Amino acid sequence: MVSAPDNSPPPSVGLFVTCLIDLFRPNVGFAAVKLLEKADCKVEVPRAQTCCGQPAYNNGDQHTTADIARQVIAAFESFDYVVAASGSCIGMIKEHYPRVLKDDPSWLDRAQRLAGRCHELTAFLVDVMQLQEVESSFAATATYHDSCSGLRELGIKQQPRALLSKVGGVTLKEMEDSEVCCGFGGTFCIKYPKISERMVSDKTANIVASEAECILGGDMGCLLNIAGRLKREGSPIKVYHVAEVLAGMANQSAIGDGKS
Amino acid sequence: MSAARDEIFTRIRRSLRRDAPLAAPPAHRSQAPESNVRPRLEKDPLECFIDKVHAAAGTVDRISAISDVVQATSDYLHRHGLEPRLVVASHPLISELAWPAEWKIHAGPARGEDHIGVGAAFAGVAETGTLVMLSGADNPTTLNFLPDDHIVVVSALQIVAHLEDAWRLMRDSVTAMPRTVNLITGPSRTADVEQTIQLGAHGPRRLHVIVIED
Amino acid sequence: MQGSTTEFKRQAEAALHDATLQRAMAKAKGGFVDKRRLAVARLPEFAQIRAEAKAIKEHTLAHLDYYLEQFERKVLESGGRVHWARTADEACAAVLAIIGAASKQVLKGKSMVSEEIGLNAAMERAGHTVVETDLGEYIIQLAHEPPSHIIAPAVHKTRDQITDLFQAEHEKYGLTERVTETEDIVNEARQVLRTKFLSADVGITGANFLIAETGSTVIVTNEGNGDLTQILPRTHIVTASIEKVIPSLDDMTVLLRLLARSATGQEMSSYNTLSTGPRRADDLDGPEEFHVVIVDNGRSDMLGNEFHDMLRCIRCGACLNHCPVYGAIGGHAYGWVYPGPMGSVLTPLMIGLENARDLPNACTLNGRCGEVCPMSIPLPDMLRTLRFKEHERKLSKARARGALKAWGLLARRPRLYQVVTALMTAVLGSIGGRAGRFRSLPLASGWTQARDLPAPQGATFQRMWRRRR
Repeated sequence: MVSAPDNSPPPSVGLFVTCLIDLFRPNVGFAAVKLLEKADCKVEVPRAQTCCGQPAYNNGDQHTTADIARQVIAAFESFDYVVAASGSCIGMIKEHYPRVLKDDPSWLDRAQRLAGRCHELTAFLVDVMQLQEVESSFAATATYHDSCSGLRELGIKQQPRALLSKVGGVTLKEMEDSEVCCGFGGTFCIKYPKISERMVSDKTANIVASEAECILGGDMGCLLNIAGRLKREGSPIKVYHVAEVLAGMANQSAIGDGKS
Repeated sequence: MSAARDEIFTRIRRSLRRDAPLAAPPAHRSQAPESNVRPRLEKDPLECFIDKVHAAAGTVDRISAISDVVQATSDYLHRHGLEPRLVVASHPLISELAWPAEWKIHAGPARGEDHIGVGAAFAGVAETGTLVMLSGADNPTTLNFLPDDHIVVVSALQIVAHLEDAWRLMRDSVTAMPRTVNLITGPSRTADVEQTIQLGAHGPRRLHVIVIED
Repeated sequence: MQGSTTEFKRQAEAALHDATLQRAMAKAKGGFVDKRRLAVARLPEFAQIRAEAKAIKEHTLAHLDYYLEQFERKVLESGGRVHWARTADEACAAVLAIIGAASKQVLKGKSMVSEEIGLNAAMERAGHTVVETDLGEYIIQLAHEPPSHIIAPAVHKTRDQITDLFQAEHEKYGLTERVTETEDIVNEARQVLRTKFLSADVGITGANFLIAETGSTVIVTNEGNGDLTQILPRTHIVTASIEKVIPSLDDMTVLLRLLARSATGQEMSSYNTLSTGPRRADDLDGPEEFHVVIVDNGRSDMLGNEFHDMLRCIRCGACLNHCPVYGAIGGHAYGWVYPGPMGSVLTPLMIGLENARDLPNACTLNGRCGEVCPMSIPLPDMLRTLRFKEHERKLSKARARGALKAWGLLARRPRLYQVVTALMTAVLGSIGGRAGRFRSLPLASGWTQARDLPAPQGATFQRMWRRRR
């Protein structure tokens, strides 16, 4: 638990839900809220959010991206921090909004001020809130997929592992090439399905070879892709977002698994 | 000058938002060559050089006098079961040597049928185990590439820590840039067949360095 | 070179189904990556040297005219000649003019710019005999294929295929035995090419660097073929592009510390050779003529524009070796000279974005190429910039543009978005909830042909959150 050295009010955190968590896996959103509240944050979920804009950005539409960037900045700039359970979306807000708005001085300034307060969930808990304990247990061997944006744009590597090491019962078994892309790549996986299939098959082969019972990660895009492929291959390996495990909320059906 | 040349320079200057050549040379760090970041050596330069030649699949003999080059060469030929037929550079480190009378020795450029070449290095670079070979009348470049076995003599005094030091030596002691400067690190190799390293692709199959430590 | 970039998708799929290619790629996979990682780890100063290298190239590019003129002056002073070419055709014409009308035996060292300008085809059309001397290049020349990798041109070939090629092509030299071991394959090539080295009229090499201080051209090789190519024939011609120039020997030294480590994981390649002019009066060997053909081919336009950083590229191949897409499909699928991430940036700039629409898109933007690039070239950002240009020029497919536009309208209206997404998840959740996933779904075949689609949990987070609070 975070120590409170003074009586300053708890930091306010605007949760950036992310579109994929919103649509596919609300449980991850609630897990993030639970973890943030345990770290003594006051969490709010602004209603005026949809998506970070990557589908437009990575398909070349700068105009729409800039509109969405302004929408996100306006919705979140009143909070002390913006946190999302996704390295990809935080990377977008932090690294790319200032570029998208580079020709719009007042918005650029607002984007830059927001950028310094944006954090991926596990990095926020470890690096900012210095969370020492995690009250959760999860009896399984797990392997961890390092999502590309979080790893390379934000340097997220040790933070989720540090937190997982505090979860009772988890044994982490690293897979080969944990830092290699799973082949999701946003609309890439739909535009180039065959190449994506090959990449995700390489990823699932490494997951299987790790002999872990479950695969964890920090980004829903990768996890949907990996879970979808594992299920297509008939694999029993379970897929969870790391936040679900850290919050003790991995008691629901895993991603892509039916109701038991 | 050609129209192509003019247009290329016009386009470059347009892209650089300039319409005329620079009035003076641009200030650049290369005017202070000592500014290069030099990788730290873990040992003294000579030991480091020898380690690195080995790491690059070369072999090394350490001798104490120039005259020992003959014995070292003889030992090398013996080790590899080679006939004593050599093409040798007329470099001062080599030309005065008393080769055994029965050996077949010729000086000059190497020919297709030469299997063993003996040359002299201008310098050895400790950082990477690299030999700096300068072409010239006393060191034909073909010696470095045509023979199967390349034997290179280098004085320990010519072992420098980094390549920058070799350039400094060269600027100090060589009046004009030679036609060819070969930086040689180990024997010829290829990995073009299934990424498997195979020595002796087109150049020497073996590289042997004789360091004179007197 | 003639390309097939518009066929990218078909070629990529064919490559994925090509069992031999996949076997060859599997053998290469990991080797380059591991060797580079170890080489970088053994150099604690790597990050500092990387910053230094970028600064050197940026300084040079900012004064490119100055250094090119200095280089030219030094070549002339050392007795060589410099030829300037705006385009690929001009470059080929310059080389042909140097070689002369009579039919010649021409040797070539590996040179990507010669591939870019289509030099071999031009020389063959003019009646010259051209032999590639780098083993990888030699193999693919026998196979009548372009290189599939900028430093390992035959990486797509298995040893069995090389054995077959040699058996078919070397019979005419009386070499009838079938060579199957790597050592024997290399020896046979050495034997065949040795006779060519000793009888050629002209040697053509590329250049990794042009040094303004001395007027030297520099090649970096491991086999020694580039050296035999330039010291034995009477004429040495160097083909190089304008951005290869750097100020000094010390600058080259910095770049050499990065090049081999990034490429093959060596500290130094076996042979780094500086060539300055023709043989001197008292030299016993070396070429009597020395020519440098300097090619622009679109580069002067890249200078200072949004693709400027690409001009720092030193052609190490690290971005290819670390690209999961390249690793899956190999180099030929890209359809032009330069494959992988650096090629996906360069190719559209050189042959037109409209002719290479897939290349900037066939990338997950995973960032590994930019991470390993020794010259800190932001490759993913440049690929995205090319996507901006495709969008601006309306080059992408109308259907994709329509879908993106519809999504964009919704994403900018949070209230409406939340109503629509709540409905969608409710429907999908109720159909797919029990199984937990869909095996196929209308409009989502791109996804479901390769993998199941995990079903939504049943309600959006936003709706559940509002209900709870």
